[in-house]
Amino acid sequence: MSPFLAEWWDLRDLGNLVGAILDWIGDRGAPSWVPYVLSGIIGIAAVLLWALLSQLAFIWIERRVLGRMQVRLGPNRVGPWGLLQPLADALKVLAKEMVTPSNADRILYWLAPVAVVVPAILVLAVFPFSPGMVVADLNVGVLYIVAVTSTATIAVFMAGWASSNKYSLLGAMRTVAMLISYEVVQVLALLSATAFTGSMRLLDVVAWQDRYNAWLLFLQPLALLSFIIASAVEVNRTPSDIAEAESEIVAGYHTEYGGIRWGMFQLAEYVAGFAVAATITTLWLGGWTLWGLEEWVPGWLIFLAKLYGTFFLFIWLRGTLPRVRIDQLMGFAWKFLLPLMLLNVLLVGAERVVWAETEAPAGVVLPAFAVLNLALTVAMIVGWGALAGGLRPQMRPKRPLLVREVGGIYYQPMP
Amino acid sequence: MAMRTEPFVVNVGPQHPSTHGVFRLRLTLDGERIVECQMVMGYLHRSMEKLAEERSYTQNIPFTDRTDYLAAMTGNLAYCLAVEKLASVPVPPRAQWIRTIMAELQRIASHCMAIGTFVNDCGAWHTPLLYMMREREKVLDLFELACGARLTTNYMRIGGVSRDLPPEFLPRLRDFVREMPQRIAEYEDLLVENEILIARSRGIGVLPADKAIAYSVSGPMLRGSGVAWDLRKADPYAAYDQVEFDIPVGTNGDCYDRFMVRLAEMRQSVRILEQALDMIPSGPYQTPVPLALQPPPGEAYGRIESPRGELGFYVVSDGGPAPFRFHIRSPSLINLTPLPELVKGMTVADAIVILGSVDIVVGEVDR
Repeated sequence: MSPFLAEWWDLRDLGNLVGAILDWIGDRGAPSWVPYVLSGIIGIAAVLLWALLSQLAFIWIERRVLGRMQVRLGPNRVGPWGLLQPLADALKVLAKEMVTPSNADRILYWLAPVAVVVPAILVLAVFPFSPGMVVADLNVGVLYIVAVTSTATIAVFMAGWASSNKYSLLGAMRTVAMLISYEVVQVLALLSATAFTGSMRLLDVVAWQDRYNAWLLFLQPLALLSFIIASAVEVNRTPSDIAEAESEIVAGYHTEYGGIRWGMFQLAEYVAGFAVAATITTLWLGGWTLWGLEEWVPGWLIFLAKLYGTFFLFIWLRGTLPRVRIDQLMGFAWKFLLPLMLLNVLLVGAERVVWAETEAPAGVVLPAFAVLNLALTVAMIVGWGALAGGLRPQMRPKRPLLVREVGGIYYQPMP
Repeated sequence: MAMRTEPFVVNVGPQHPSTHGVFRLRLTLDGERIVECQMVMGYLHRSMEKLAEERSYTQNIPFTDRTDYLAAMTGNLAYCLAVEKLASVPVPPRAQWIRTIMAELQRIASHCMAIGTFVNDCGAWHTPLLYMMREREKVLDLFELACGARLTTNYMRIGGVSRDLPPEFLPRLRDFVREMPQRIAEYEDLLVENEILIARSRGIGVLPADKAIAYSVSGPMLRGSGVAWDLRKADPYAAYDQVEFDIPVGTNGDCYDRFMVRLAEMRQSVRILEQALDMIPSGPYQTPVPLALQPPPGEAYGRIESPRGELGFYVVSDGGPAPFRFHIRSPSLINLTPLPELVKGMTVADAIVILGSVDIVVGEVDR
């Protein structure tokens, strides 16, 4: 891979442009802290701008795509193809009165929407959009993602508690139970990925995948699957949108929020979704690399394409699946995903040791691991599934009997 | 030391996304478990039974659209049957067949709604519902073609139907009948073996056959509990004695069986429509009756198998132009009575699924 041109006009890495501007300022004799602070501000502004614009775009995309999935048109009145619909929605949300319930805990009620947005945006800082485009290049990037995203739990509980609404409280309690359970699964999935690459620094993980020309998607399919499921829970997407569960508890923890406060929750949900998609892209899908194409196409475009593709998966799930019940979801985390992930971590450790001991070339070891892991993934899912759930008779669908005569009783209760 | 928990009362409704109208459940919860459930109804009470005593027999037909607003045709039909029995009005064969066609179309439309909202209650994000809305729309288009209205049809008349079928109705019905089995197969692909749907509804809200009979529930709820009972066969009306169809019967009596029975009934309805298309005769569509019909003193009970169960109209005449007493035996209300027992010990999420599987129309519960 040829080195990136370091010229400011090289669009393949917008970091060059920022670097050129900062150099120019430094050359004018500004004190040394000015470019430092400025680079941070530019990074934050860029990430915020990207997050907000993506959110607006994705509100439109989600509504259009869901519309198509549901044999209807989706928004098509505001602007061409309804493109201005998100803006109209945003204006409506901004213009609405902000009602505070009379029994609410006012400080917490006011604080919760802010507290839920902050971690969602903070987590975006560590993702490398391309080698030079990362706001904070932390050497514990994966740990940072876990640490920051898990604080959203507190904000959600604050919202549910402060609203003094029973639906909100139910939603908040469900959220806490759920997020804490799936946090464990998520961490184990991330652990499998980072243990394979040997680094928690996201740039290193991408570089590792690039060096061996092997996406972790192929090496760690089970971890990816668990991470997707756990993330669907974390960002409240449909098979597990239990915390909001429109048909049961109205809107869960944000039932009492209206106007821009509700908009903040919505923003946090989307941005958290982007963060999850970015994590999957970086750790499992090779980040900004695409088998040499990154030399011709800006790496950040490849990254964004993968990210949006991953996010689309969540929209698709939402358009297809019903919701599971809270106890089923919790059981799934503790009885199914957690044992599998523990086995997977063990497997990763064993493979790393084998690789280090035999000192075999990566071209031999990695395909072997990929095949082995895929086979074991399928075997573990099918085996554990049969053991844990598939053998239960009530899970087998049964067609109704077709009877010609009235009067008979065919009731046979399940054992 | 055992931890002490306090019961917690939640009002599900009257304004709630899943109560299918203005209906309220007062749930006493222990955590997520339901300790007690009280139903509060009457928010949609319009005093139909009393109003009907002030109006002539023909004027009462529009009321029957508005009891069960998702199945107006069957409401019309049950009432007309009662009055025809009371006044001994004969119905010409073509009208009988038109009634059969309309009742079965209505059943398909109503079951589309029932299954769609049921899966919505299980948490699907509107996709199955909107798939089914597509087919319901076609049924409503056919209704519009026949009588000019889509929802409150007011189509049946005492002694027949209000107007004959337009010439393009039967070809369009044939297209619909040809297309519908593929659509039902589509729903089955999407839902029947859906792991999450099974996990949510299998073994939930089990109503044993003896209890179902004791509560006198009817319709898909009774058949889901394994009782083969269908008024179309047990007490045939319209042209049902001349068509062949099967009664789908569940064996477990849970929410999943109720859902599956409805799905299978849609196939049977298509089957009946196919036969009706071949067998519908020409001829008069109505027996002329005076607008101010004055049946002889007496009483009559007309009952049909509506999409929700046994819909009965009990009409008493004192010889005057208006009924002396007018009573509706509405399946929604009676199917709802076992609900508190079904949801006890279940979670909130289950209660919503069970309520969805009962398939109530609040207009019919409260009348």
